[in-house]
Amino acid sequence: MMERLWNRKPSIQAPRIVGRLALAPLLALASPAIAASEESTSAPMYYLKTFGPKGDITASLTWGLLAIAAGVSVLMSVLVIVAMFRNGRSSMATPGSPLPIAHPPGGHRWIYLGLALTTLVLIALVIWTMDVLAEIDEPAGEPAFTIEVTGQQWWWEARYVDPDDPSRSFVTANELHIPVGEPVRITLASRDVIHSFWVPALAGKTDVIPGQTNETWLQADREGVYRGQCAEYCGLQHAHMALRIFADAPEAFQAWWDHQLEPADEVPEGSELLAVGERQFRLQCGACHAVRGTLAGGEAGPDLTHLMDRTTIASVTLPNTPGHLSGWIADPQHQKPGTTMPNPDLSGPELNAIRHYLETLD
Amino acid sequence: MAVDYQKRPEAGYVTKELEAKLHKMWETKPGLFGVIATVDHKVIGIRYIVTAFAFLVVGGLQALLMRLQLAQPDQTILTPEQYNQLFSMHGITMIFLYALPILSGFSNYLFPLLLGTRDMAFPRLNAFSYWVYLASGLFMYASFLIGQAPNNGWFNYAPYALKPFNPGLNMDFYALGMVFFGISTTVGAANFVVTVMRNRAPGMSINRLPIMIWGTTTVSVGILLANPAVSLAFFLLWLDRQFGTHFYDTAGGGQPLLWQHLFWIFAHPWVYIIVLPAMGMVSDALPVFCRRPLVAYTLVILATITTMLLGFGVWVHHMFATGIPFLSMSYFSGASFIITIPSAIATFAWIATIWTGRVVVTTAFLYFAGFISMFVIGGVSGVVTASVAADLQLHDTYFVVAHIHYVLIGINLFGVLGGLYFWFPKMSGKMLSERLGRWNFWLTFLGFNLAFLPMHWTGLLGMPRRIYTYPEGAGWSWVNMLTTVGSFILAFGILLLFVNVWMSLRRGVAAGANPWDAPSLEWATASPPPAYNFTVMPVVASRHPLWEDRLGESEGHSSIERGLILDDGKEMLATSVIDAAPRAILKMPEDDPWPFLVTLAMTLGFTALLLHWWWIGLAAGVATLLGCVFWLWPRGDLAQTKGTAHE
Amino acid sequence: MSELPLDSRAPLNIGRLPIGSIGRAANGWWGMMMLVVTESSLFVYLLFAYYYFAARSGPGFLPEALPSFHLSGPGTAILIASSVTLWFGQRGARRGSRAQLLAGLLVTIALGALFVGLQIFEWSEKPYTIASHAYGSAFFTITGFHMAHVVAGLGILLALALWSGLGAFDERRMSAVDIGTIYWHFVDAVWLAVFFTFYITPYLR
Repeated sequence: MMERLWNRKPSIQAPRIVGRLALAPLLALASPAIAASEESTSAPMYYLKTFGPKGDITASLTWGLLAIAAGVSVLMSVLVIVAMFRNGRSSMATPGSPLPIAHPPGGHRWIYLGLALTTLVLIALVIWTMDVLAEIDEPAGEPAFTIEVTGQQWWWEARYVDPDDPSRSFVTANELHIPVGEPVRITLASRDVIHSFWVPALAGKTDVIPGQTNETWLQADREGVYRGQCAEYCGLQHAHMALRIFADAPEAFQAWWDHQLEPADEVPEGSELLAVGERQFRLQCGACHAVRGTLAGGEAGPDLTHLMDRTTIASVTLPNTPGHLSGWIADPQHQKPGTTMPNPDLSGPELNAIRHYLETLD
Repeated sequence: MAVDYQKRPEAGYVTKELEAKLHKMWETKPGLFGVIATVDHKVIGIRYIVTAFAFLVVGGLQALLMRLQLAQPDQTILTPEQYNQLFSMHGITMIFLYALPILSGFSNYLFPLLLGTRDMAFPRLNAFSYWVYLASGLFMYASFLIGQAPNNGWFNYAPYALKPFNPGLNMDFYALGMVFFGISTTVGAANFVVTVMRNRAPGMSINRLPIMIWGTTTVSVGILLANPAVSLAFFLLWLDRQFGTHFYDTAGGGQPLLWQHLFWIFAHPWVYIIVLPAMGMVSDALPVFCRRPLVAYTLVILATITTMLLGFGVWVHHMFATGIPFLSMSYFSGASFIITIPSAIATFAWIATIWTGRVVVTTAFLYFAGFISMFVIGGVSGVVTASVAADLQLHDTYFVVAHIHYVLIGINLFGVLGGLYFWFPKMSGKMLSERLGRWNFWLTFLGFNLAFLPMHWTGLLGMPRRIYTYPEGAGWSWVNMLTTVGSFILAFGILLLFVNVWMSLRRGVAAGANPWDAPSLEWATASPPPAYNFTVMPVVASRHPLWEDRLGESEGHSSIERGLILDDGKEMLATSVIDAAPRAILKMPEDDPWPFLVTLAMTLGFTALLLHWWWIGLAAGVATLLGCVFWLWPRGDLAQTKGTAHE
Repeated sequence: MSELPLDSRAPLNIGRLPIGSIGRAANGWWGMMMLVVTESSLFVYLLFAYYYFAARSGPGFLPEALPSFHLSGPGTAILIASSVTLWFGQRGARRGSRAQLLAGLLVTIALGALFVGLQIFEWSEKPYTIASHAYGSAFFTITGFHMAHVVAGLGILLALALWSGLGAFDERRMSAVDIGTIYWHFVDAVWLAVFFTFYITPYLR
């Protein structure tokens, strides 16, 4: 029905979007069937088809609730319509003309019956909800490690903590890797205002509130990339505060962790361009960004030691390609108006050198 | 002027002489003084309605701008700051400056008429409440003039609302504006409660009150209990911003979540406050078009009161994601489910009324029928979010946006529009066009559902609220386009309403006293009613005074043509709380400019606080207090000072 | 429509009715009750903020020194006494004694002013300010809110004193007095809740 309704309307809009519109509903209707485990799917934030135990059990509950909701809405609307036509209709000839009035009995039966049904359904829903709530409260097994996530305007910092070996901790940003099939504990703190940590294909939200540390856990049962996004309004760039969760095979995850522990590679001897880039980066960017193993040690912005391991930049706003990287460094305020990263004062060659240097950070 | 302490009121019939005499006493004086000083509840009620509709239009235009921005991904029609100010002001406008004031307008206009009396309990306070509403609304809107409108949403969470993150005047406008607006809401609520308790037609015992009276009275008590929470929350915010207190900032041991508790303790009841009177309007007006009394009057009233009570116990369901303990979540989730039950009672009562009645299909009826459907959809989507586990996904997505719009547009606006088609003839003496009305209804209804039904899906596709744009790959493009198209159709539908009103005022069909053949007292007087409402004070013997002979179920007979004559100055009756037995004859105030002048002083005061003109603020405060002293100065003509005449 | 005489079928038998504002017949009396209801809930929320801090912040929330009664004790006694003197004045007014009403009002005003003075003195003695920490913010804001209500109450009493000095009231037309005194008693009652919160509960921990 929606499709028909809407096919009649687009004439209001410019014709060039009609093509896109015609395709869109097909994609979205198909989306539950498509595995959302890749961000490339049409609905990466859809949460009625999920890929972890927390999301799965919630999705069943939500489907149940939605089915009841839709059923009740249709039933009641049909009752209203039937009721309207049931006894025939009077019409109002002229204002003030008296019409018949009656006081037929039988109305109360509706209420008693309706009340009884409503109450039964609600009791069932309360029990179901509590059951699910208890299920998602804690993971089945003790998580092997913790990711300390710090939300801030407008990106996510993540510190991986190995409880057995403190020296194996490291910091990264916006793209989190987890081992597939294992629960991971996540603690949430804020450096400024309230945010909310949300990866819909895996689990519901947990708010990130200054002055307190909230806890949640995640588990992905299928390898893939899951999109997350800040869900609590946090200011100008709330719209561009996304994150990605990569669920890796255990060995791949271990390799990733080991790689993250390493400092950045030294700039190779003899490359003037990279040497300039490294120096300019330290001068222009090092106050806010850290690259471990160099003198750049700022903490206000994301740690860039392994920037090239990430698929995106600017909190999953832009793909991590040389072109976007240059554009972002040159004019972050255009890409993400209001971002805390200022527009730098760089010449073309300096920008080029920095970008080339950044591309060595893998 | 001295007044006797006692008298025995006389009963008599409506006569031309009496009408002329009363008219002289009660009419508002002409000219600017009358405009400023009038205390006529009908004039004030219409002012409320017109002002609230003006805010509805402004808030609607803001919504249309946002819908253009969101129609397609990655658009740059609006900057993030503009978008954030627009969505904040849209919420503030619709929730505060439209949704309650429109209901206050209807209640203001209708209360004395439905109750068979001549004015509200406090006519001057009534004028004051309107002036403060207008002034506080303009105060908040003045923020646009300097480009610093509130930009943190109507919910306005700390610490983003605090100075380090929000250094402009944006939040100060909102904080002070809401404290200011709260004064209007509070005195208005007190006025409704006292009017119901003390000023009714003799015989209108509480089991004979129209449901709309119950709805507004219930929420007025709710306002008296809830509103201080939000005024306080905003005042503390202002202190944090201006004087470095530590209520919400963590630096000095403050608690950001204190804001959320204070805000939602107020704001959840508020949601019921802005729908229950509309539900009451439907409960009164729908049966007229079903040609029968409402099914289960008593249960519907109990449901109204229960909803309000439960509404105070569910605020934490807005905070499920904040890391509160398991047990607490279970309780608030359960309570949120239970609140469905009273709503179900009302819904089944309406459906049973239509089912067992004989329907007269008018535009008003269509709005009420649509209202029931929308009410159910908004209600069941609320049940979905009441389930805490599901809510952790649904929270802060467009699913909730769809839900709140079904509640606010479906229940408030549809009830109000139906109510407008129903009571407009009383207010203006002219009928609205039914033909144009059908167009108005169907466009509004279809536009609304096209805009907001797919929006549930937008939410399930994971679109978070309050984002100024979204990437192309997110899969939200087509649903957003649908919503944008629907919202423009909805806006066009609303435009037709104004066309209809304008045409009707110019050349509408005369309505007569009772165009719908309706049962309650407001239809027993002329359309529009005279300044004094009723020439003689009617006496009520049943729930449906104008239907009772035909229904044949009342013990006595209501008396409308013959009643108590109160013509010794502006007089009306004080009656007892339960039975509405006459207790005293009250002297009512003349037109009075003090409410307006005090509002001016307060406006100056709040402006001074905003701009840190401390001395002017102090002076305005003193002026406000002095104004109140003059306003309340004991007066002989109000029988407040010692009299000379004894018997 | 019914045109039956009022008294024949309807159960109403309307006799002589008082005219205008007398005691509870005055709408203003009921209006004051509404004010008391809404202001009470205001203080409930203020104290909620305090207890919320206390519950969430742990033992470090309270200042180290336990609260002292050397000023707050006499202040509380003075406020309670002021309710008694006001009641005394009101009782005089009921008997038609303008002198007793005025005396009661003026003594009450003096006691209220004394309370305000003591309170300001106590404020100045505190080692912290409203901006020091959450406790300081709560203490000064809540006692400040109460103080603002005392000052408003004093304003009401002053207006009543002025009007009764001008001879506006007699033993029956005195609803302004009846209504105004309710507010003062309310402000006193609120102080007891504030006093209990800030001066008694720290000893109970």
